[in-house]
Amino acid sequence: MSTMTIDKSGPTRKVKYGSMSRDRTWALRWSYFFLTLFAIFSLTPPFYMLITSLKGSAEISAATNPWWVHQPTLENYVQLLTSNQFLRFFWNSAWVSIIVVTVTMLISVPAAFALARMKFWGSATLATGVFLTYLIPDSLLFIPLFKMFAVFGDLTGIQLVNRWYVLLFIYPTLTVPFCTWIMIGYFASIPKELDEAAIIDGASWFQTLTRIFIPVALPGLIAATIFAFTVSWAQFLYPLVFTTSTDQLVLPVGIITTLIKGDVFNWGQIMTGALLGAAPPLIIYAFLMDYYIAGLTAGATKG
Amino acid sequence: MVDVAFQSNRTAAAQAGRRRVGLRNALRRKSMSAFLMTLPLILLIAILVIYPALYSVHLATLNKAMTKFVGFGNFEFLFKRDTFWLVVKQSCIFAISAVIFKALIGFIVAHFVHNVPANKQRKWRGMLLVPWVIPPAMSTLAWLWLFDPSYSAFNYTLSFFGIGPIPWTGDAMWARFSVILVNVWYGAPFFMIMYLAALKSVPEQLYEAAAIDGANWWQRIWYVTLPMMRNIIAITTLFSLIVTFANFDIVRILTAGGPLDHTHIFATWAFRVGIEGSDIPLGASVSLFMVPILAVAAIFILRDITKRGNES
Repeated sequence: MSTMTIDKSGPTRKVKYGSMSRDRTWALRWSYFFLTLFAIFSLTPPFYMLITSLKGSAEISAATNPWWVHQPTLENYVQLLTSNQFLRFFWNSAWVSIIVVTVTMLISVPAAFALARMKFWGSATLATGVFLTYLIPDSLLFIPLFKMFAVFGDLTGIQLVNRWYVLLFIYPTLTVPFCTWIMIGYFASIPKELDEAAIIDGASWFQTLTRIFIPVALPGLIAATIFAFTVSWAQFLYPLVFTTSTDQLVLPVGIITTLIKGDVFNWGQIMTGALLGAAPPLIIYAFLMDYYIAGLTAGATKG
Repeated sequence: MVDVAFQSNRTAAAQAGRRRVGLRNALRRKSMSAFLMTLPLILLIAILVIYPALYSVHLATLNKAMTKFVGFGNFEFLFKRDTFWLVVKQSCIFAISAVIFKALIGFIVAHFVHNVPANKQRKWRGMLLVPWVIPPAMSTLAWLWLFDPSYSAFNYTLSFFGIGPIPWTGDAMWARFSVILVNVWYGAPFFMIMYLAALKSVPEQLYEAAAIDGANWWQRIWYVTLPMMRNIIAITTLFSLIVTFANFDIVRILTAGGPLDHTHIFATWAFRVGIEGSDIPLGASVSLFMVPILAVAAIFILRDITKRGNES
């Protein structure tokens, strides 16, 4: 407001300059002020997870200031990390995510290469189809998929429902289309001369892919890997539908179904579990933020 | 890369005829190897995406025991139920208001981050993206605890201002507000990142030209920023509309559809009737109602992408 009045009262050029820089300073101050507000809004839940995870059950049920820990204790962490059940959830999650990431990369990188470089009959349609599949949400497919796997079990005698490895078949439907899509974008941005040169030299398509495309598009590959990992780690609906026995659960479902017993919420342990469950994606994000963001923005800006 | 360049020079010196044979062989092998390379992808999409999608249409026409064909019986049954119309209404309220607030907050925050000196942007961006990184099932648990009826940390804080206690998940209106709030918290950082990337691609000269013409901040946004970002805004909003409309985790964990079905959306209600109520055909019919809206959004996204593909 005050800058406005200065702006009007100063007819000379010099004063105008002054007001512009003062405008900038004020804009900067307001930016910091609002950014701080939004950062508080963003970080309140994770901060509160941390606070609660350090509290004992007596302190949680006492009516003290919830935003502060008076007697910090690690008992929640000790209890969870020594509980076989929780470690089982963690391993299930880790195995599922690692295998799904590997399978996703093995399927989507060659496919993206073929779609980006080897124009063949229907390749453009297929690329569009891949993108459309990415838009089909999990909440549309979980019921038919559940029934499909149940029928498959009845027909063949191979029981997949309520086994953690059923998720290995299902998660790729979430990860492969997006990873293929962003890899098509990265591959398409590699200059044609590079692979033409390789083919003239007698390199096979496979060699062109492994020796040229994968090294050059490595940032894209890392971004796609991160995406596949975070999606499989965070997936909640499919494991909730497909797995019920406690030894087959993955982390998000495990925490919710075993730590909430009826109406009894063991909040200290729930928050500790949630924090430990959020840790792997957060750690990856902390170290590979630029790749993470590249993958996030690539989906819409590439292709 | 150096290696390749070197080898291509060597080949250039070799006979032209041999080169042509090599190319022809490569072309002959091309379609076969391309097919083999895309085969796993095609199989995956055909068996685990397209087939289930069609199968769910088939399922929706069966009776509860899945022994008899009932045609549109499940849909007729749904149309007569008040809960169904409640779910339709809530899904639309939830998706539309959440997307609008996510887009608005994302747009505003992106501007603030863009205003800050470049060397500090990384730090702020890093902090503001945290909600998007945490698995939504995990962060919703934290919100559930923040909203806890007896130990709510929010109500504790608000009581100092003489407000409350607010029944965050107990009252229908507040529960709707809460699920939207959590969704906005989770999704706004995505918009922020997309808009920030778009803001950085707007040429600085345009703002200088606008400033010389005497444009105020509002005119700069309206006539320079928004037209330049139109594509990104459209595509991000449509993406988010699909994801939000199909959302499951947040509503399921925060309210499980309660109180009295007043926060159910399509995905959670389909889960409730289809999996928990073991009426798979009815659940399939419920989730099929998401298709029209998803299809419309998908068509618009696709149009935008092919348009940009043609331009480039």
